[in-house]
Amino acid sequence: MAAWLSAATVLVAAEEPAQGIDLLIPAKEDMFWSAVVLIIIGVVFYKMVLPMMNKVLDERAALIEGGLKKAERAQAAADKALENRQEMMEQARAEIAAARDEAREQGKAIVAEQRQSAMEEAQRIVETAQRQIEAERQAAEVSLKSDVGQLATDLASKIVGESLSDDAAKSRVVDRFLDDLEVKVK
Amino acid sequence: MLGLTLLRVAPLALSGDEGGFQPPSIQDFFPPAIAFEGTFFQIDRIWIVRIITTIVLCTIFILAAKRAKLVPGRFQAGIEYLLEFVRVQIADEILGIRAKRFVPMLSVIFFSILFFNITSIVPGLNIAGTSRIGLPLLLALWVMARYWYEGIKKQKLGGYLKSSLFPPSVKDMPFLYLIVTPIEALQVFVIRPASLAIRLTANMIAGHIMLVLCFSATEFFLLHAAGPLKGFSAVTLAGGVFVTLFELLVGFLQAYIFALLAAAYINMSLEEEH
Repeated sequence: MAAWLSAATVLVAAEEPAQGIDLLIPAKEDMFWSAVVLIIIGVVFYKMVLPMMNKVLDERAALIEGGLKKAERAQAAADKALENRQEMMEQARAEIAAARDEAREQGKAIVAEQRQSAMEEAQRIVETAQRQIEAERQAAEVSLKSDVGQLATDLASKIVGESLSDDAAKSRVVDRFLDDLEVKVK
Repeated sequence: MLGLTLLRVAPLALSGDEGGFQPPSIQDFFPPAIAFEGTFFQIDRIWIVRIITTIVLCTIFILAAKRAKLVPGRFQAGIEYLLEFVRVQIADEILGIRAKRFVPMLSVIFFSILFFNITSIVPGLNIAGTSRIGLPLLLALWVMARYWYEGIKKQKLGGYLKSSLFPPSVKDMPFLYLIVTPIEALQVFVIRPASLAIRLTANMIAGHIMLVLCFSATEFFLLHAAGPLKGFSAVTLAGGVFVTLFELLVGFLQAYIFALLAAAYINMSLEEEH
């Protein structure tokens, strides 16, 4: 009986039919090869894959960061330029307004001055004209006086038929005639 | 639902037909040795799956890293997206500003689990590299070592033990430590790593069993079942497709959960109180 049992045990041991519990009990070759593959994968990941990928990722991050900084700088420069431009526009606008005001003032002054000088000129011209007219009038009066006197005398002498030889009488007649004339003219 | 139908039909079919239906079994996860049988470096099918996966995983990521450019192409963008997923959604989310130091570890955990999980639906490989406990267990032990190391570095051994075994949240009722302390000790030493490893392995084992069940039932119904029963093969095939897609989701989800919990455990060690 004992021999039979031990034989059976040997038989079982030789065939090694796996039981359910064997699923949870690690076999030595299972552990060994698991360790081998895990160490290979571990070394590959720790020493190669992750450092290399991280390097690329860091480079990319640096590049993107650099790009962002650059964009930021460009944006700042653009903002500054815009600000400058606006400032310049503002300044230019102020200058233009000032210039316009000044021009307006100047224009007014010039117009006033021109008006003044024009009025003076006109005054002067008017005065000159009046003076000339007066002079001409006087000249005309003088010449008229003598001419009219002569004509009148001639006419009178022709009409009367006699020469008024007496100068004093002649002058008296003429003067009277002229006074009458003046009275008539006036 | 689908499973129940199959379980009801399967014995009937088996009794009538000696060929055909091969139900999934635990033996799937203990394939016969190919070389060095009985030694600790025995090579079998799961070894092949794991080696191929390792080569593929390393090749993809080394290629991506070597060709990495400032302006990424589609391939690089995809890889970067995955790496960023671990960095942002797992590490930053849980560990905040302390995340940077733990990103490599969490990346290794996430990607190795993801790739070893996905092999369960890769034609030709057809079994998850994580469906034997060794790999998940090693990862879980690594996590445990890390959270112990961080805890001791941050708070000294005494402080770490005190803060993890005697949580200050119950210090007003000291008698509660009689209950809380053994539970916390079990947590820190056993439950955390064991739950990490077992959750992952069990999920992948279950997924594999579901897949095998669906596809071998499809084969059985189509080739060996009597007339009208052949129609069931369409149902089981659809089930197989569904489970395959489901496995894709589970494979990703388990990798995410494992890495997330690893980050959470490390975070607990870094905080004085929790």
